[in-house]
Amino acid sequence: MIRVVLPAHLKVLAGVSGEVELEVAPPVTTRAVLDELEARYPVLRGTIRDHASSKRRAFVRFFACKQDLSQDSPDDPLPEAVRSGSEPFIVLGAMAGG
Amino acid sequence: MSGVRLLVGTRKGAFVLTADGTRKDWTIDGPFFGGWEIYHLKGSPAEPDRIWASQSTGWFGQLVQRSDDGGRTWSPVGNEFAYDGVPGTHQWYDGTPHPWEFARVWHFEPSSSDPDTVFAGVEDAALFKSVDGGKSWQELSGLREHGSGPHWQPGAGGMCTHTVLLDPDGGPRMFVAISAAGVFRSDDDGTTWRPANKGLRSAQLPDEDREVGHCVHHLARHPSAPDTIFMQKHWDVMRSDDGGDSWTEVSGDLPTDFGFAIDVHSHEPETVYVVPIKSDSEHYPPEGKLRVYRSRTGGNEWEALTNGLPQSDCYVNVLRDAMAIDSLDSCGVYFGTTGGQVYASSDAGDTWTALARDLPAVCSVEVQTLP
Repeated sequence: MIRVVLPAHLKVLAGVSGEVELEVAPPVTTRAVLDELEARYPVLRGTIRDHASSKRRAFVRFFACKQDLSQDSPDDPLPEAVRSGSEPFIVLGAMAGG
Repeated sequence: MSGVRLLVGTRKGAFVLTADGTRKDWTIDGPFFGGWEIYHLKGSPAEPDRIWASQSTGWFGQLVQRSDDGGRTWSPVGNEFAYDGVPGTHQWYDGTPHPWEFARVWHFEPSSSDPDTVFAGVEDAALFKSVDGGKSWQELSGLREHGSGPHWQPGAGGMCTHTVLLDPDGGPRMFVAISAAGVFRSDDDGTTWRPANKGLRSAQLPDEDREVGHCVHHLARHPSAPDTIFMQKHWDVMRSDDGGDSWTEVSGDLPTDFGFAIDVHSHEPETVYVVPIKSDSEHYPPEGKLRVYRSRTGGNEWEALTNGLPQSDCYVNVLRDAMAIDSLDSCGVYFGTTGGQVYASSDAGDTWTALARDLPAVCSVEVQTLP
């Protein structure tokens, strides 16, 4: 089970309060997690990554296991702790703006 | 008893203000979508309880929300705005080519006859249409591809299609306005387009009366006079009496001809309202006095409407989509400010009352006159 932490605005959109738990078939990558997240919550399509290009939106970052995964390839395997469910995959809105 | 419903989009959410036909006691509901920028909300003339809202942030992009119960509850609909084909480039602020990139929806214009049909004016400038209640959006790419698109440049707020005028009789003629490209007209339901800027003069341009490149801020029109269109340009208030084929300046005795909002009285096609703003760098009212100006002669001769509006130390702006007019017998005029105030007049502008004073900065105000 993959645990995903969403920023507050996206929790409201998705109608969830805590972490999201997803079944993701291997290989467990950022792309695979987001594909499953958007399949479960279609309202999130376009909010984390671009509809057409699947490119991460500029003010959205991905973290796990105290690492910034934002610049990694979306097809890289996520850390073992994320794959095992002991650590969450965190989608974070950049602290910017007013 | 009839009533009115104000749809107010702000930098931090949407608000719905309602009153009965007397327009004395108002209820404020919201914020809806708290923390999100709501550039625009607009109700369907065909089904007034259907309302469209443009919800966006720089972080999470664009969503489209639809209410089918007059703004009490909302559901997201489709938010994929894909340009038709390879969109190419327009000009960036420095004149270099810049790829066309979707940023947000500035304006919704619902069909007058079909509640499932709605147009969306977007940044980077283009026009989209949905015929399935917002589930999907198709670009009317004849606007962007008619020929001058590679020469369009953004205004300070972005390169946006901010005004969409549909034919009041349901005919095939449409107008859009783009900052900073100008006005474009279609006579075939948006399939093909041509510039409609003859007579506009913009001193900032090397060729000041060029065919495109004018920073048109807003258009307004009375449904009984579809060939007459009023325009607040970056500088200059203009009118056309031939469906945009030519424009003449009617700024007349305004204290400044810069501004954003413009609208037309619901029962008097030659009565026009603007809110003069001091300049394009200061963006606040002259002398710190918030004044709506009304012309009962279709322009040139303007009177200041000040009763109930702050006449000292007022330094707010009124944005292009932030003025609206109801169609009750005594015409109601409404506008919102970047200071979070929403002002209303139930006597065509003679007197004003603040309906709200402390909302987030107001992006847009629309009004629905309800049976």
